Amino acid sequence: MSKTERTGVVRDINGPIVTVELPGIRHGEQVKIGDLGLFGEVISLNGDRAVVQTYESTDGVRPGEPAQGLGWPLSVELGPGLMGGIFDGVQRPLEKIALQSGDYIRRGIDVAALDRSRQWAFEPNRDLESGQPVGPGTRLGSVQETETVLHQILVPPGIHGELEEIAPAGEYDIESTIARVRAANGHSERLRMYHRWPVRTPRPYLRRDDGIAPLITGQRVIDTFFPQLKGGKGAVPGPFGAGKTVVQQQIARWSNADIVIYVGCGERGNELVDVLETFPELDDPYTGRKLMERTLLVANTSNMPVVAREASVYVGITMAEYYRDMGYDVVMLADSTSRWAEALREVSGRLGQMPVEEGYPAYLASRLAAVYERAGRVQTHGDRSGSVTLIGAVSPPGGDFSEPVTSHTKDIIETFWALSKELADARHYPSIDWVTSFSGHVHTAAQWWHEQVDPSWEERRREALALLARDAELSRIVNLVGPEALSSSQRWDLEAAALIKEGVLQQSALDEIDTFCSPEKQFALLDLALTIYDLGTELVSRGVPVQELQRLPLLSRARRVKSLYKSEQLDEIEAFRAETEQALENLRLEYAKQEEQA
Amino acid sequence: MSIKEYRTAAEARGGLLVMKNTPGVAFGDRVSIEDHTGGIRNGQVIRASEDSVLILVFEGVEDLDLENTWVRFLDAPVEIALSPELLGREFNGLGEPRDGRPPILSSLRRAVGGSAINPAARTYPREFIQTGVSTIDGLNSLVRGQKLPIFTGSGLPHNRLAAQIVRQARLKNEDAAFSIVFAAMGVSYADAKFFRDEFASSGVLRNVVMFVNLADDPPVERLTLPRTALTAAEYLAYDLDRHVLVVMTDMTYYAEALREVATAKGDVPARKGYPGYLYSDLAEIYERCGRIHNRHGSITMMPVVSMPSDDITHPIPDLTGYITEGQIVLSRELDNQGIYPPVHISPSLSRLMKDGIGKDDTREDHPRVAAQLYALYARALETRNLASIIGADELSTHDRRYLTFADAFDRRFVGQAETEDRSIEATLDLAWELMSIFPKDALTRVSEADIGKYYQEEDEAQAAAAAGGPSSGTTTAVQSYGTRRQKKRKSGSGAQPSTV
Repeated sequence: MSKTERTGVVRDINGPIVTVELPGIRHGEQVKIGDLGLFGEVISLNGDRAVVQTYESTDGVRPGEPAQGLGWPLSVELGPGLMGGIFDGVQRPLEKIALQSGDYIRRGIDVAALDRSRQWAFEPNRDLESGQPVGPGTRLGSVQETETVLHQILVPPGIHGELEEIAPAGEYDIESTIARVRAANGHSERLRMYHRWPVRTPRPYLRRDDGIAPLITGQRVIDTFFPQLKGGKGAVPGPFGAGKTVVQQQIARWSNADIVIYVGCGERGNELVDVLETFPELDDPYTGRKLMERTLLVANTSNMPVVAREASVYVGITMAEYYRDMGYDVVMLADSTSRWAEALREVSGRLGQMPVEEGYPAYLASRLAAVYERAGRVQTHGDRSGSVTLIGAVSPPGGDFSEPVTSHTKDIIETFWALSKELADARHYPSIDWVTSFSGHVHTAAQWWHEQVDPSWEERRREALALLARDAELSRIVNLVGPEALSSSQRWDLEAAALIKEGVLQQSALDEIDTFCSPEKQFALLDLALTIYDLGTELVSRGVPVQELQRLPLLSRARRVKSLYKSEQLDEIEAFRAETEQALENLRLEYAKQEEQA
Repeated sequence: MSIKEYRTAAEARGGLLVMKNTPGVAFGDRVSIEDHTGGIRNGQVIRASEDSVLILVFEGVEDLDLENTWVRFLDAPVEIALSPELLGREFNGLGEPRDGRPPILSSLRRAVGGSAINPAARTYPREFIQTGVSTIDGLNSLVRGQKLPIFTGSGLPHNRLAAQIVRQARLKNEDAAFSIVFAAMGVSYADAKFFRDEFASSGVLRNVVMFVNLADDPPVERLTLPRTALTAAEYLAYDLDRHVLVVMTDMTYYAEALREVATAKGDVPARKGYPGYLYSDLAEIYERCGRIHNRHGSITMMPVVSMPSDDITHPIPDLTGYITEGQIVLSRELDNQGIYPPVHISPSLSRLMKDGIGKDDTREDHPRVAAQLYALYARALETRNLASIIGADELSTHDRRYLTFADAFDRRFVGQAETEDRSIEATLDLAWELMSIFPKDALTRVSEADIGKYYQEEDEAQAAAAAGGPSSGTTTAVQSYGTRRQKKRKSGSGAQPSTV
């Protein structure tokens, strides 16, 4: 990275797109525009003229004002102090900005992402000695960043050599030197606890590995029916009002990842505040500590500058890769990638680029693919295993899944949780549609479930999905000719499918007990519903009328079991199941007796 | 830099004026244009480069003569003068009086463009606003600081509903009325008059600021009108500590004006000819509402968005729905049946409802009752479809209950008089009365405790029905439920009398 600063002149202002005359500037370089010092990034070059997209509103900027090239591309600071933070789309800390500029964001404000004054207790790696060769990923030491997260201080990518010295244990700020490395050319490199990394360049790793363990989100329709792996990539498409944001927030709250990065990209201010206000209150179900200790938020609401929205996804994923390199499982949620794509469209439109589909530029598909491909489970330099799971919300206009962003996304991802307007209208939440959703990870996830929970998981899951498919078909018949046309076993199918829908698939994010469901409870509920179905089918085949079964009070209670017993109360669910089996058995005996008498 | 004046314009088209050789003009600055008759028009710089400047002329470029047009660059952004005197007045989109009274004189002027609220400075809205309309209060509750649009179609009574909400909206247990900022864009003279009369007759006029651009006023002015109105709203809320309700009608005309200008500028169109930045542009407007830490006032927004050809997937309602915290959708079908307000609850939604209702805010059963009503109504609509195919006689007894419920729900819960101000308790009691059409175990979304406390027993119902006289047909059946409820109230333990 060159340190030379170049100066030039503003020539043309067209909204967030500014043309500057700045000889020698590089493509992608950061530029400071005008007397206000607005930040921007070069997106095209033509001779001495460069087109710059600015991250802030350009109101009041005049042609003839100065412009300055900063010598580096859009980068983020990576070091202790990120966790628990709230950043804007270009990694400026929003809470500190609020202290400096009040309730509204003042333009041109320049605040570093990481706190320079804060002291961190650095614990050096005792296995390292002077003279030892080190390279990218070598662990220099660690800092307890929050109670939950131990922040590994690693040699940054691109640095190889011989360790000259390492700082002893003690309190340091992030600017202090904690190690020196002598490169092969004899140059001595000073290492601090933080470094900068350009966001549009993926951070290097040793090799890619296949995903092996599912990401447990505590949401039944996800974990049980359409599982995601750690290191996988998924999408949550849905029209407005279908509950995308709630699904994403539930994953952020309850998933068993080490680190959660939530990128609010072009979304509602009030909803983001909900996250900002509730996350610090919530407990992590795995560690019992506060959720915010392992969470990091990037917030670029819909009214904040559109170019920073485009940058925010890259800023988020770069920080995710940084924690992955420490050997953590990171989940990044982007809400919503459609807003990100629209930012691309807006900029390309201002540049007068030829639109292809619905005004989107031709490079939409390749940009989307490049972002999603940064997810994955990897073996890092320094030989740790870490993963980044990327889950993007998609907001298709009018709920039309054939539009460009949804269809290109569908080609790249492995897990597709399609939200349905019809289910949402009936307040069936999460409104993940079991017909159009898919997961490419069922087989891999099955191995985990069979070892950890129950060996019949895959079979039970298949049975439930088959029943739901039959239900969809039968419902069509009912809508044409009415329920009287169905045989009693078909009516029992409908009844049991309703039990699966209400007792298993539906899960209230607002219900204190039901909001999180452990894998064991998930399986217990699924098994309970299917057991009732199997026993009921047998009864119906022996001639017991379906109405008789419907009248059982246990059946309507079975739909509430999910919110009656907590994840730990598996014994109670088991007892309820035994009780239900008994009740159905009694019904069978009673019926057999009646038949005998007749 | 000082004010500069130029005479020669190079080009005029579609609301835009191009000036050549006018160096040093700032992007976004306000422009004053004198035409050949001496009339003054207003404009704003929307593209500034060294050799040419593009000006958006709010009054349009009709009748401009390029040779004899004086253009003055005022070296200031588009601003509005702010003082408490705003209340009770009527302005155009630039903040100039429309009511024949003198302009506002104040040293406090603010740029109408506004800037983004720092998300870290926002407070989550959670104070329930009682509008007195059951479908909103009970099922899609509005909270202070929320933006909840009304999605409507031509000819539907959205204006009457908006006016009713303006009249009745108040916080529970608090009498303080809202200050109203009313922004009308491209509405007819009759509609503007309706609101003006409505404000006058309900006595809220001294609490209202109106910004009006009629259908025959220059459309370009609509681009700045909502921004001017919101700058006034921000002043009332954050400088004067008032709770402000902003009613904007009709955002569709705003978006159409935006398209008109975008086309003239040669912007690349995205969907249906609307520019790619329609989402960001709408968001700049809608996101100005909310609550801020340590500020007493708040801005609640109720925009009216008409759906062209009743199409909710049209870009304007679609993008609006992605920005606002829900929507209230009006239905032509209900309107045709004479039901007012014709709110179709299935596609309607309030995203901020969950934290504004329940035990401490409205009543403990409220969230579950809302979920239960939604589930029952969804099934009831399916049953209605089925009945229209196979006939109601073919339905099972259980399914016929859904038909009874659907009719009672439409007529009594959705339908209410324009002057009827239902308390939230009355709305919830009515909900329980309708839910009690079903046996207890059909109510799976409410808790057992709720059922114990609010469910109205069947035998009681039969007794009441017998006492209530002969019953034939659905309407009477529903009335008998009504009688039963009253009976329960009289015998009930200290329940509040209903105000229905």
